[in-house]
Amino acid sequence: MSHTPSPAVITPRLKANTIANMLKRGVRSSGRTLTDYRPTDIVVGYVQNADGSALVRLGNTVVVAGVKLEVGSPYPDAPSEGALVVNAEFMPTASPTFEPGPPDENAIELARVIDRALRELKVVDMSKLAIVPGRKVWVVYVDIYVLDHDGNLVDASSIATLTALLNTTLPKVEVDELGNVRVDRSVRVSPLPINNKVVTVTVARTENVLFVDPDLDEESVVETKLVIAVSDDGRIAGIQKSGSGGLAEAEVLAALDIALKTGVNLIKTVESKVSEAASGHSTSTLN
Amino acid sequence: MQSQEVQRVLVVPGEVIAEGDYKISTPNYVVRVDRKYVATIVGLAQIDSESREISVIPLEGCYIPQPEDIVIGYVVDTGLTSWELDIRAPFTATLYAVDFLGRPINPAREDLNKYLTPGDTVLARVEAFDRNRGPIVTTKGKGLGKVVRGTIVEISPVKVARVIGRRGSMYQILTNETGCEVTVARNGRILINCPSRELEEVLVMAILKIEREAHIPGLTDRVKEFIIREKVKRGLIGGETKAD
Amino acid sequence: MERPRLIREDGLRHDGRRPDELRPIRVSIGVLNKASGSALVEYGRTKVLAAVHGPREIPQRHMLLPDRAIIRCRYHMLSFSTHERKSPAPSRREIELSKVVREAIEPVVMSEVFPRTAIDVFVEVINADGGTRTAAVTAASLALADAGVPMRDLVVAVAVGKVGGVLVLDIDEVEDMYGEADMPVAVAPSIGLMTLLQLNGVLTREEFREALKLALKGATQIYEKAREALRDRYMKVKVEE
Repeated sequence: MSHTPSPAVITPRLKANTIANMLKRGVRSSGRTLTDYRPTDIVVGYVQNADGSALVRLGNTVVVAGVKLEVGSPYPDAPSEGALVVNAEFMPTASPTFEPGPPDENAIELARVIDRALRELKVVDMSKLAIVPGRKVWVVYVDIYVLDHDGNLVDASSIATLTALLNTTLPKVEVDELGNVRVDRSVRVSPLPINNKVVTVTVARTENVLFVDPDLDEESVVETKLVIAVSDDGRIAGIQKSGSGGLAEAEVLAALDIALKTGVNLIKTVESKVSEAASGHSTSTLN
Repeated sequence: MQSQEVQRVLVVPGEVIAEGDYKISTPNYVVRVDRKYVATIVGLAQIDSESREISVIPLEGCYIPQPEDIVIGYVVDTGLTSWELDIRAPFTATLYAVDFLGRPINPAREDLNKYLTPGDTVLARVEAFDRNRGPIVTTKGKGLGKVVRGTIVEISPVKVARVIGRRGSMYQILTNETGCEVTVARNGRILINCPSRELEEVLVMAILKIEREAHIPGLTDRVKEFIIREKVKRGLIGGETKAD
Repeated sequence: MERPRLIREDGLRHDGRRPDELRPIRVSIGVLNKASGSALVEYGRTKVLAAVHGPREIPQRHMLLPDRAIIRCRYHMLSFSTHERKSPAPSRREIELSKVVREAIEPVVMSEVFPRTAIDVFVEVINADGGTRTAAVTAASLALADAGVPMRDLVVAVAVGKVGGVLVLDIDEVEDMYGEADMPVAVAPSIGLMTLLQLNGVLTREEFREALKLALKGATQIYEKAREALRDRYMKVKVEE
């Protein structure tokens, strides 16, 4: 059962008021403007044993996403297509309020919002993932782990997911005459086929102010968030309103404009990081 | 005779009752949005044009305790020094043994179940209720205490005012016409003690009719006629009083 | 199943509706006896029941808030409500929708009236033919009104879809399954607040604006039905003579 969350950590009213008043004046404690996104640091291919991975630092929020490809059976309604499974976990390392255990409603919502954007925009070309059509296909498992929580987990996760997918390569497979499939992960044959690219951009609202990419302090005064999935060609690939407030029509349209502009730029950042990594300039680690 | 009924309008949540400048006399049930006054509940809205007051009388909702309310509670739990009473509010009420017994008690030696036990009925008065503590009730006062005889009729707590009526007019009709003793508690429980089974039956039917038709004007006269008709049907009074 | 023709030659939809036409909407209030409030809402063949218990004290006291009521919400599908039997275990979809529905009704509930209590909303999908979450929001808000929980406005919801390149109102399951986009929207019309907004699909900015306009139009019609149903409960009581 979903219930009104109690504040995990009580934000002192004075602090909350300060944050809200600054936002109303159009400034933020970090020095950002309302439409400034935090600096994003992306490490492509962070996990060697994954088929594709990325570590993303969005301000002080840290997320690692990894892709594992496994041979599986296709869905009966799409016998010659691969399958996609997205899962997210909020790790106890990320916040004193995160408990170990199965994903809670927030982690499930996050994973499903990203899953829908990937699916609707056909980010991964599933039609090229059949190994033995009708019998064996690639199943693309995207697992997202939030390691450090300083707000806006959805965007950090979506950036990590896109990067990890762009970083994924298909291993070599051999099919014998009986139809048995043997995977050789030491040999990589091609990149994962990608059609389109997508990230989410979160626009938050407190009182009557809209601002992008809230950090954890700011989230304590946020009632409503609009998570907007943006494609590389500037279309809207998904929306999720989240939080116990609402928005007026004009606010939704204003949020959309902020998101479209920010999202297209974020995708460009991801693309350049990925191509940098492919040409051998990988950088930075977790600390 | 035409009874004096104020003009009331049925409203639902989100409905604009008026625009301009008014005073709100039922703050939970009317909110101001810009210059509009919006109902927050299914109820009867009324505007007093002289005092410029807006109020909505709810037709649905639970009982919210207020100090001095007379309530009828059912004991649901016995503690060491107090009982917990279901008074149909979002919170259970506490009745302290010191208050009920009128003397201090030693929980080590006395079991409170000797005096009141789950399932018992208590007529009490709300002594205190605020946002920090649950309601506390007392049985100090005339007629208050454990209820040992009678029948309880339950109606929606928001309809209690209609059973009492303007300046007690409805209550007068109910007691005068049936000869029953009637105690109307604010939480929608009504304790009745009647001279006979037939009169009890008539009274219960009349109370339920009030609950059902609370929002339809002309209620007082209708209930009076209803009781007389039912009494005639049962041969409790002669038919000639209503010969037409 | 073969992909059906979603928009016919004559411009109407597979079930004969115009693009901007709702399914028949039926609303019944106070259908249950023991609940504090209840409502049964039907959008065509989609049938959703909502029950409210409370405000009340709950054993899980650590959940309660000192300054207002908490709202607990469960969106649940009966196992036989779908074509394939739905496993009785809560699915990830149901967990997400429980949250989405709760957050759609929460902005209008005056929870500050009942501190330290819980208001429980149980939504049961009895028959699913598309638009269950939107019917759930409408039913939940009506059940709350029936329970006498003060609310700034009623919330009603409807989905707009893009099928065969056309924006259509109140999509059913076939249109959801074979269409290009599904956008559920919940609105509190009197206070001009959108309390649920999801988009499952891809739209351009212009299409989104159009879709939103269409959703608000549909919501206004459902809002009128909902208000009428609430009033009818009292209007239909006849004086016994």
